[in-house]
Amino acid sequence: MMGYYTDLILILDSTVRLAIPLILACLAGLYSERAGIVDIGLEGKLLGSAFGAAATAAVTGSAWLGLLAGVGVALGMSAIHGIASINLKGNQTISGVALNFLAAGLTTFLGQSWFHRGGFTPQLSGDQRFGPITLPFAPELANVPVIGGLYSELISGHNILAYAAFIAVPVTAWVLFSTRFGLRLRAVGENPKALDTAGISVTRLRYQALIITAVLVGVGGTYLSIAQSAGFNNNMSAGRGYIALAALIFAKWKPWPALATCLLFGFLDALQFRLQGVQFPYIGEVPVQAIQVLPYLLTIILLAGFIGRAVAPKASGIPYTKER
Amino acid sequence: MATLTPNPEQRLATAAALPAAIELDGINKHFGPVHANRDIHLTVQRGTVHGIVGENGAGKSTLMSILYGFYTADSGTIRVGGKTVTITDSRHALALGIGMVHQHFMLVDNFTVIENIVLGAEDSALLGRTLSKARAQLKQLATDYGLEVDPDALIEDLSVGQQQRVEILKALYRGADILILDEPTGVLTPAEADHLFRILRKLRDEGKTIILITHKLREIMAITDQVSVMRQGAMVKTLTTSETSPGELAELMVGRRVLLRVEKGPANPGKVMLGVDKLVVTDDMGVPRVKSVSFEVRAGEIVGIAGVAGNGQSELLEAISGMRDQSSGQVIVNGQPVSAFGDDGAARLREVGLAHVPEDRLRMGLVTNFFEWENAILGYQNDYGQGLALDVGRAKAEARERIAQYDIRPANTDLKSANFSGGNQQKIVLAREMERNPDVLIVGQPTRGVDIGAIEFIHNQIIKMRDAGKAILLVSVELDEIRALSDRILVLFDGEIVGEADPATADEGELGLLMAGVHDRPDAQGSARLPEHVTPVEKTLTEMSPKTDQDIR
Repeated sequence: MMGYYTDLILILDSTVRLAIPLILACLAGLYSERAGIVDIGLEGKLLGSAFGAAATAAVTGSAWLGLLAGVGVALGMSAIHGIASINLKGNQTISGVALNFLAAGLTTFLGQSWFHRGGFTPQLSGDQRFGPITLPFAPELANVPVIGGLYSELISGHNILAYAAFIAVPVTAWVLFSTRFGLRLRAVGENPKALDTAGISVTRLRYQALIITAVLVGVGGTYLSIAQSAGFNNNMSAGRGYIALAALIFAKWKPWPALATCLLFGFLDALQFRLQGVQFPYIGEVPVQAIQVLPYLLTIILLAGFIGRAVAPKASGIPYTKER
Repeated sequence: MATLTPNPEQRLATAAALPAAIELDGINKHFGPVHANRDIHLTVQRGTVHGIVGENGAGKSTLMSILYGFYTADSGTIRVGGKTVTITDSRHALALGIGMVHQHFMLVDNFTVIENIVLGAEDSALLGRTLSKARAQLKQLATDYGLEVDPDALIEDLSVGQQQRVEILKALYRGADILILDEPTGVLTPAEADHLFRILRKLRDEGKTIILITHKLREIMAITDQVSVMRQGAMVKTLTTSETSPGELAELMVGRRVLLRVEKGPANPGKVMLGVDKLVVTDDMGVPRVKSVSFEVRAGEIVGIAGVAGNGQSELLEAISGMRDQSSGQVIVNGQPVSAFGDDGAARLREVGLAHVPEDRLRMGLVTNFFEWENAILGYQNDYGQGLALDVGRAKAEARERIAQYDIRPANTDLKSANFSGGNQQKIVLAREMERNPDVLIVGQPTRGVDIGAIEFIHNQIIKMRDAGKAILLVSVELDEIRALSDRILVLFDGEIVGEADPATADEGELGLLMAGVHDRPDAQGSARLPEHVTPVEKTLTEMSPKTDQDIR
């Protein structure tokens, strides 16, 4: 009995770890899509900021400078996206896809030419990474039945970026529904003309949203390379940006459901790791690839049929042009 | 509310003592070649309801958009409360106390009423205080003016009438003193319109100034103190409502313009080519616009449908040409009943020999981003080439022929259609439809936004088609055009044919009255009855806007 419980705690623990970048990317996407900008470039921004963070941490030895660089990279990419889709009124999907290609190519190229390790950054350790934080009393409570394991394994022992991700959820909910900025943000994604006739700049609001998006996704990318892992490797975002977008649709662009959805995707991912090599009754061992496909398969099934009507912000993806 | 409501004369007398709420002096506005407002002078007295009437495209909405800061006038001065101002944007207009209720509401559908009302007028970064203040103020406005709306209801759950109330509340919440309403009853049911007018009266009695843009004369008679008539971008006259009549207004609206000269021999009607039998058509909102209309068009005659815009002409045209499903009734082409249902209705009608020059060339007649030659074969592209391939060479060669034949300028098949002038664009559409040699030709607003030279050419072309033995149905809001071209005139009002006239003998005043719906209806004459009908959502503003490449994304 105790064995199963420990198993469960461990799976949940890795669920949380795997969900963090999704949560950050998903919230990032929430801000931009709520403002009416489709950001398919989340994937590229995750990758770009992961590289920026790892490379900076490797060179300077500081995880915090790494974080700064990670967010900086995401901000730069958001600026490109913003100029293309807000000022030049270009196609947002194309701009996003271009950013994804740019990130995939540039990270490998720069990684190779700077560090000569086949695109990988050097292994990071100590202050170059965000280490786990042990919450008060965690070691003392570790041996208390049931809650001990829950507290010391699941709740305690994550790094600061992980806690930040969880704090970002209620903060986002509050910003969105209780502040003037949130009200305007939601309006600009639904009917920018209503804002324009009220005399508020659509362009400015959309840029503000993109900045928040960049900060969140930048933290997410940083988490990937210098908190969860000990360095950058090629294409390490592995589609998380896309899954975050899927989760956003699944959550109907709302912060709390976004958290739940990302945890669900994280759980599927954790389960997938856990099930590798396990002997199933009647079937025997299932090939690794078949198990690895599970989270993606479920994504498709859930998105195709189980979420009901997901209505995107009405003006999402449409550049705003004043009628004059 | 005061128990003693002053009568209109007293109201006007008191108002005259104060500086006028709004004075416009010599306002001019061009959109490209279109002179949308020409030298407008207008004085709106404080505390009155001032109506602005005119046909679609007369420039009413443009004028009000200038006042609201949406457009800037090319020349002229605006005085608000006696002070000269330059209104640069809507925020500025709001600050001057000018609020506008747009024809198409500027609301966020999935927001609550109160969220929409405070949007853009929040007091602080946090919403809590603003919302509770707005809630209290809404309660006050509701009791003061009868503007009851549940503040926590979602906009998408509200009726159109309630949404309009939210728009009015939005303006009042921002402290509007002068309220502009653009075709406010266009989307309302009669009961809702009734309620709106009660609200407007109360607002006026509390000292607000209201400008009401409409083309419905009965509303003008029912609620306004003064009325200004616009025609073709110019301000024709300002009258005191109690001293005028719908007949006079109709005449001013339609105008006695110089008859266009069209050389035309007598008609030689042959057999019936187009029959319309008890046709009923509803609009997108399910409201009947064409109510059991029957008529026939014979080979070699032009039947003109006259009427003030918005009385079912568009829906009639769209149903006959297969662009809109009819609710009941029949369209018969060349003796054959044709079903126009479904997305391929228009294609089927074309096959049986009906060609259609749509009312709005930019929306329905052309893809403005296409080259001239592409538009020249649009809808008939399957006739060029075999299988998947398109015979571009032949298409271009024919396009060049048409260009020569119809004198389309510039004579360049590889120019984007957006770069042609309105008249030449219209010629591209006409050439395409006429050169198919159809049995029946349906033409909507053939010369809207077309220069004089092209008008003459287009008119002659239509006559030529008639003389070639084609049946032609012509719909136009230009009475002159109808009179000049038609062999028979049918007058459409409120979705029904209310009269038929012979253009040679018809009296213009009489036609004007028919078009205004003041025929055999004693109740309509100057009474305070509200209209029993609703007119479709017009797109005047859009029509008057400059058509640039940006619009055609």
